Parts: sequence; C-alpha cells; structure tokens
Amino acid sequence: MGSVSVRDLALNFGDVAVLKNLDLEVRSGEFLVLLGPSGCGKSTLLNCIAGLLDITDGEIHIDGRNVTWEEPKDRGIGMVFQSYALYPQMTVEGNLSFGLKNAGLPRAEIAARVARAAGILQIGPLLARKPAQLSGGQRQRVAIGRALVRDVDVFLFDEPLSNLDAKLRAELRVEIKRLHQKLESTTMIYVTHDQIEAMTLADRIAIMRGGSIQQLDSPRMIYNKPRNKYVAGFIGSPPMNFLEGRISGGKKPVFIFGKQRIALGGYEFSAGNPGEGPAIFGIRPEHVAVGAAAKGQPFRASAVVEVVEPMGADTLVWSRLEDSELRFRVGGQSAFRPGDKVTIGFEPAQASLFDAKTEARI
Amino acid sequence: MPEAASVLPVRRGARPRPVFSRRNVFVYGTLGLISIYYLLPLYVMVVTSLKGMPEIRTGNVFAPPLEITFEPWVKAWATACTGLNCDGLSRGFWNSVRITVPSVILSIAIASVNGYALANWRFKGANVFFTILIVGAFIPYQVMIYPIVIILREMGVYGTLTGLVIVHSIFGMPINTLLFRNYFASVPEELFKAARVDGAGFWGIYFRIMLPMSLPIFVVSMILQVTGIWNDFLFGVVYTKPDTYPMTVQLNNIVNSVQGVKEYNVNMAATILTGLVPLTIYFISGKLFVRGIAAGAVKG
Repeated sequence: MGSVSVRDLALNFGDVAVLKNLDLEVRSGEFLVLLGPSGCGKSTLLNCIAGLLDITDGEIHIDGRNVTWEEPKDRGIGMVFQSYALYPQMTVEGNLSFGLKNAGLPRAEIAARVARAAGILQIGPLLARKPAQLSGGQRQRVAIGRALVRDVDVFLFDEPLSNLDAKLRAELRVEIKRLHQKLESTTMIYVTHDQIEAMTLADRIAIMRGGSIQQLDSPRMIYNKPRNKYVAGFIGSPPMNFLEGRISGGKKPVFIFGKQRIALGGYEFSAGNPGEGPAIFGIRPEHVAVGAAAKGQPFRASAVVEVVEPMGADTLVWSRLEDSELRFRVGGQSAFRPGDKVTIGFEPAQASLFDAKTEARI
Repeated sequence: MPEAASVLPVRRGARPRPVFSRRNVFVYGTLGLISIYYLLPLYVMVVTSLKGMPEIRTGNVFAPPLEITFEPWVKAWATACTGLNCDGLSRGFWNSVRITVPSVILSIAIASVNGYALANWRFKGANVFFTILIVGAFIPYQVMIYPIVIILREMGVYGTLTGLVIVHSIFGMPINTLLFRNYFASVPEELFKAARVDGAGFWGIYFRIMLPMSLPIFVVSMILQVTGIWNDFLFGVVYTKPDTYPMTVQLNNIVNSVQGVKEYNVNMAATILTGLVPLTIYFISGKLFVRGIAAGAVKG
C-alpha cells in the first residue's frame, strides 16, 4: 500500500529542463526526504507526484497504479504546504472537511474522520476557529490534519516547517516523526532544504541538484559514504573539509598534499586500489581530533588556529593546515586563540576521497 | 528634596506638541485650501438649486438662499421637459438603473471568471488572450462606435436597453479582467493547489475558495463599473432612443435646452440628482475601495 514510483520523469518549462530522466522508487510505509538547495527541483518533483504540474515525459505510479494523467484528488495523496494554505474564510473544521465534502462523503463519515484527525493532532478545541486565530504551529497542524482526513496512503510534505521558528520547528519535527510511526503503512515524501530535518526524519534521503538525484540512501550512508563531493559538502554542518592534493596508488596508497602524506591504510576504496592522479580528501570537522586526543590517530599534523567560534555546547575552530583551511570542532568552551599551534589528527578510514575531475567518490 | 524636583522639568510620557507649530499650520492650511477649492463649486450648485429664479437674477452666486425652495428639485425630477417627454429626470433615472444594474452584474461576473482563469489556470494561449484583452483597453472608443451600431442593428437590439447593456459589459471587460487577474495572482498559489488536492474543480475553487476571499476587489470593480456606466454619456446618446435615454443624456437635454428661460436652479438640482448615485456608492464603500485598489494594483 502506498508505494510511489517515478519512472524516467522529465519536466520542461519552455526550453528549461527542470527535471531530467528522474527515477525514484519509494517503498510503501517509507519516509523519504527530498533534500537540496533552492532551485534543485525538489518541490517541482513533489508537485509532479501530486499531479499539480503536468509532466513532459515519463510515468508516475502510486500504489501500483499508473496515475500519470490522473487529477490530484484521484491519486490517493494528501499534501501539506509550506505556507499552510488554509482556506482563510473557513473554520478549522471547514478546512478539514472541504475535501471530504467535495468527494461527496456522507455527513457522519466526515464528522468521524474530522474527529479522528483532530484527536490525533490534538486540535479538537480549535475546530470552530478561523485560521487567522491560530498560531503558526497550530496552522501547520491543521494543514497536516487536512491531509490526514483524506485517509490516503501517501503524504506529501512541501517544506512544511520552513515558516516556523526554530523551537516550534523542532517540536513539530518530532510530531511528524511520531505521526509516521503511528500511521505505519503511510508513505511520506518530504521536501526540505534543512539537513537536520532530513537526517532526523528520513528512512532514506534523496539529495537533489539541478533536477537530478545525486544520491538516494539512508541518512547514515549519506553521511558516512557520500557518493560525490557535492553530497559530501551539502550534508554536515559545518561542512566537510576538503584538502586538494594527489593520490598515489600502489600497494600502500597515500594521499599527498603539500608536505603531508596521509596513509590510506584503513580507507575502503569503492573500486579496488586507485591509480595515480589529482584527488580531493574530505574529512568532517567532527572527525578531527585535537591536542591530546590526536595522539594515537593514524595521521597527525600541526595546524595554526585562525578563527575561533564559540557555540556554547561546543566550539568551532578554523585553522590552516598547509595551504588548506581545516575546520574542526572541540567540545565545550575552548581556550584556543588565533595564532595558536595545535596538533590535529584523524582517521583516514572516516574520510572520503573524491576524484578531482569527476568529483565522484574513489 | 521637593525644591529640586520642582526646578527640574518633568520629562515623561508623550512629547507635547504645540497646536500652532509651523508644520501643523502648513499641513492643515494646504489641506483646507484645497478642500475649499474643490468644494466651492458644489456649494454654488447646492445654494443655487435652493433659490428661486428672481433671487438668482440678482447675480450673487455665493450668497446663501434668502428663501429656501425645493421646487427646482421637484421640477428637475418630475416635470422638466426634454423633447416630447415632460416627466423630468425620473424617466432617465430608471433607465440608468435598468442599464447599470445588469451591466455591472454581467461584466463583473464575466471579468472575475476571466481574471481567475488567467491567473490560476495556466491554459495554452493564456498570454495571447490576455494581451489581446489589454490592447483592447487602449483602443479609443470613438473608433468602435460605428461598427458597434452595425453589430447591434444586425442583432436587432439597436436603440434598446439590452443593446446598451451588452456594449457596457463588453467595454468593461479589459480593465476589470486585469483588475481581477492581478488580485487573484496575489492569492498564494499554494491555496489553489491545496484546493485541487482537496478535489475542487474549476468552479468549485472559484466559488468556494476565491470568491469569499475577494470582496475588496469586487467592491472596487463594482464602483468602477457603476460610476463608469452611470456617468457614461457617449454610448448612451449613440445607442439609445429618447424613450430609453439614460439619466446623463437627459440631464444634458434639460441643461442645454435652447427654448425659454435658462432655469439655473433646475439645472443645478438636476445635475446634483444625476451625480448622487456615484457619490453614494463612494461614501458607502470608500474604505473597501482603497483596500481593493491597493491589493489589486501592486502585483502585475
């Protein structure tokens, strides 16, 4: 129930190809997040799945049925929008029941479904209010309720939390996750540009760029084994450090940049041992050990602190290693000052190597 | 110490502003002057309409009436002669009502659906259609007068109120469509999408979602149409006959009659009577008008 399959989808706006040969399989009951910067086509893809945009080529199947030419209402989807999109002149109850009335459901059935959704989302006391009398969080709850009453197998979320303040966003994020756990068989496709939302909510994340999917994987895989430099740089905050140098293959491959040589003993190459050539070495700031902790790391070097950013719970330090910038994170409040020399170290097994030309993972 | 407190001026709360500051004098002075400039003609009309003819002949147009008489008003409404008919403006008033009401309803109904379709349903050729409509708004009316005479004649409605209603509805179309299109374009697109997911169709979205949200723009459109159609003279005089003349044409015939004495008081009363309808509309819906103009005009 509720699988979504997008096959060879293309969408052009005039001469501009917004989506290109896109394939996507979403399993029934899965929580899939479409993640990418603005303009990458993620919302467009969602609108195509919803049937709000006519596609140029390809097929869309929902629940095993070809819905490519179906109207949005006939696709068995519910949708939640960024701006909530509540009908301002209707009460909350009117908003929830609007779609059901259009579908011609009997009154008792409508009342039962509205009551159930209101119970799940705890918006029962708000039913008689107009959207203008609700707070942002309440409005988004009602918007989710409007999808819920439709009793569908696929929920589409289009950046639902982007208009909320940070605290509410965190609250509603957990609520959406709970909702997904409660509605076991419901598939959710969720568009966001917020990687925290993506990492916390998703069963799988599809990272998009320029109208195509760069990587479709579990959050853990995306974080640990980014398929290319773009994905590596997009996920993680602060972003991954990239050191430019060259790789030297052979029995004991090493990465050379400046005067440093990083032995790649523990690194898992995606396709056997690499050859010679320019490459990019990526290491996440949280994987860089400093000072005493750097001892015992397979690779150690000396870096110079340039900028210190205290965040409260931890501190972000910008340093220079050879000619490259190296950001790292230290727990708590650090006593580093600009100009300090520090020993840093890391485990090459945790790093990611990319081809300098193709930017693909080596 | 109490002495010290009384020496220091208390500076607390809103800053006092002198009534006759230079700024106030300038602002209110300018406003007052312009108001007088605009209201003086109206004043002259009202006082003249309340005077008897002997008093008018003394020649002081600004003097208030010595003897107030409503006879000119009664005459203008009920007995003034235009051509063969001697039943005053009342005939023209009812003609104008019978022209304005259907024209306004028809043109707004069509224009709002036009605007809605253009703004929300990106159908093929929408831009071409819209461009044609806008170009239509810029063509001078005079060019089209004679062709329309022929069209109306062929349709068999020349000289009837129906014919004039059709003409007014068509001529109101470009500007009102533009108005509605811009207003509907400012309604968040997601609202429209949500309604589609909820299974509402073209008319469902129009009647249940868009209409209830767009009272201000309907008021604007209504005011524009009512005043425009009510004040219209050209179409009225060309496309109707003496029996079906709208109020404006009849007013002209009363004021410009060349026979007998010029009855200034009757003319003034007739003019005010004719202007009363648009004036009332403005007063009733002024606030909504401003709101709607602002909402409809900003987004292109």
